[in-house]
Amino acid sequence: MDLFAVVFYLFAILIIGSATLMVFSKNIVHSAFALMFTLGGLAVFYALLYAGFVAVTQLLVYVGGILVLILFGVMLTTQGYFEKVKTRTVNLVPATIFTAIVGVLLISVFVSTDWTLAPLRDGESTMTALGELLMTDFMLPFQVAGVLLLLAMIGAVLMASRTRTPKSPGSSYGSPVSSPDSPDSSSQSPDSSSAGEESHKT
Amino acid sequence: MLEFLESVMPAGPMAVFVFSIIPLMIILLYALFAIWMERKVAGHIQDRLGPMRVGGWHGWAQTIADLLKMIQKEDIVPAKADRFFFKMAPFIAFGASYGAFVAIPLSSGYIGSMIDVGVFYIVAITSLLSISIIMAGWASNNKWSLLGAMRTAAQTVSYEVPTIATILSVVLVTGTLNLMEVTELQSGNSFLGFLPNWMIFHSPFMVIAFVIFFVAVLAESHRVPFDLPESESELVGGYQTEYSGMRWGLFMLTEYADMLLLSLVTVTLFFGGWNSPFGPFLDGPFWGAFWMLLKGMIVVFVMMWLRWTLPRLRVDQLMNLCWKYLIPLSFVNLVLIALWEMIF
Repeated sequence: MDLFAVVFYLFAILIIGSATLMVFSKNIVHSAFALMFTLGGLAVFYALLYAGFVAVTQLLVYVGGILVLILFGVMLTTQGYFEKVKTRTVNLVPATIFTAIVGVLLISVFVSTDWTLAPLRDGESTMTALGELLMTDFMLPFQVAGVLLLLAMIGAVLMASRTRTPKSPGSSYGSPVSSPDSPDSSSQSPDSSSAGEESHKT
Repeated sequence: MLEFLESVMPAGPMAVFVFSIIPLMIILLYALFAIWMERKVAGHIQDRLGPMRVGGWHGWAQTIADLLKMIQKEDIVPAKADRFFFKMAPFIAFGASYGAFVAIPLSSGYIGSMIDVGVFYIVAITSLLSISIIMAGWASNNKWSLLGAMRTAAQTVSYEVPTIATILSVVLVTGTLNLMEVTELQSGNSFLGFLPNWMIFHSPFMVIAFVIFFVAVLAESHRVPFDLPESESELVGGYQTEYSGMRWGLFMLTEYADMLLLSLVTVTLFFGGWNSPFGPFLDGPFWGAFWMLLKGMIVVFVMMWLRWTLPRLRVDQLMNLCWKYLIPLSFVNLVLIALWEMIF
C-alpha cells in the first residue's frame, strides 16, 4: 500500500464518519463541527487528485466562509446562550421512503456505470489554464455568476437594513453583525425565550 | 533542500519528516524569543525594564521558566464544557497556523511545496483558525468565551475581504500566486537604480495596498488594536478564558506563530522576501533565510510597538473601519494598480 492509498483511506474514513455524525447528531453545533471535517476531508481528496485550486476553493468558501456563517447563525439564533440547540426527528415515514429511493438510484448508477480510471497528471499549472478559460470560453457564465452573487449581496443588505430600522430607531450600533455585543439583543433573550424553549421541548 | 536531505538521510520518509519539521523548529525558537521580546518592548515603551532576573543577562530565560511552569500545571476541563471539542480546539488552531507555512519560501533553497495556488492556500488554511476559536469559545460553555468566539467570527469574515483584495493587487502585478515566484520577481534593482525592486516601491498605489493589507493582517491575527476576541479588560480572556496549562500554551503559541506567518507573508508580498536589500551583496540560500527572518522580525516588532501604543477599537468602530473604509479603498486601489500596470 503506497502513501496515496493510506491517505485516501484515512480521509475516506474521516469523511464518512464525520458525515454520519453530522446527520445523526442531535446537537446542531456538533453537526456543524462535524461538517467541518467532512468538507476538509473533501478538500484533501481534491488535493490528492492534483486539483489544487478546487481544494483551496473548497477550504476557503465552505470551511472559511459558509461554515463560519452557519455557526454564527446557529449561535445567534439560539434563544439564550446556554440552551443547547436540539433537533427533533420529523417526517419519519416520507423521509425514509425518499432516502431509500435516492439510495437505490445512486447505488444502481454506481453499479451499472462502466468506470474508467484516468491517470493522474502531476505538475501542470491548473491556475493559469483555469483563469484563461474563465476569461475566454466561459466568459458569459462567469459574468452571470458574478451578477448573481452581486444581486444576492444587495438583497442581503436590503433585508438587513429593512428589519433593522423599525426595531431600534436611533441605535448607534451601525452594523447588524455587531449585535451580539449590543445590550438590547443580549438582555432580552434569556428569560423571554427559555420559557418558550421548555414548552417546545415537552 | 529535500534532495539534499534525501542524500544524507538513510530513509526517504525520514528525510521528508526532517524537511517538514524545519518550520516547526523555527516557530518554537521564535516563540521563545518573541514572548521575551514582547515583554521587553512593552517594558521599554512604558519606561520599565521588563524581566531582568531569570537567567542573568536581561532576563533572557524568563520564557523558558514560564514554559516549565506551564507544563507542570493541571489540565482543567470545566464540568459543563463540551469535552471533546474543548480538548481538540487548540490543536486545530495550531495545525491551521502551521499548515500555512507550507507555501512560505523561507529562503531561495527552502519552500515546503511549490504549489501554484500558494498565497491563496495560505488565506484558505488560516480560515480554519477562526473556526477553531469558535470551537474553543463554544465548547467552554462560558459567556465570555462565546462572546469572544462571536467577535472572532464577525471580525475574521469581514477582514478577509480587504486582505484578499490587496493580495490580489500584488498578484495582478506578479502574475503568479506562488510566493517563491513572487519573491524571484522582486530581486535586483528597480528602475530608479538605488531602490531594491520590491513590490512596495512598484507604484504609489502599492504603498496604499500595503497599509490596507497590514491593517487587515493585524485584525486577522487578533492583535491590538483589534484584539476584541480576547480583550482581557472587558471579556476576561475571550475564547481562552477557560483554558489552562499546556492547552492555553498552545493557543499562545498559535498566536505567535500566526504573527510570524502573517509577517512573513507581508515581507514576501511587499518587501522582497529572502532578497537581500543590497542587491547581490550577502545573497544566497543561507543569507536568504537570514534576511527573510530579519525582515519578519522587524514586522513583528512593529506589531508589538502598535500593541503598546494604540487603544482597542470598539466593535462598531471595527466593523465601520472594515466595511466603510478598507473594503471600498482596497477595491478602488486594485483598479488603480491595474491601470498603472496597463499604462507603464
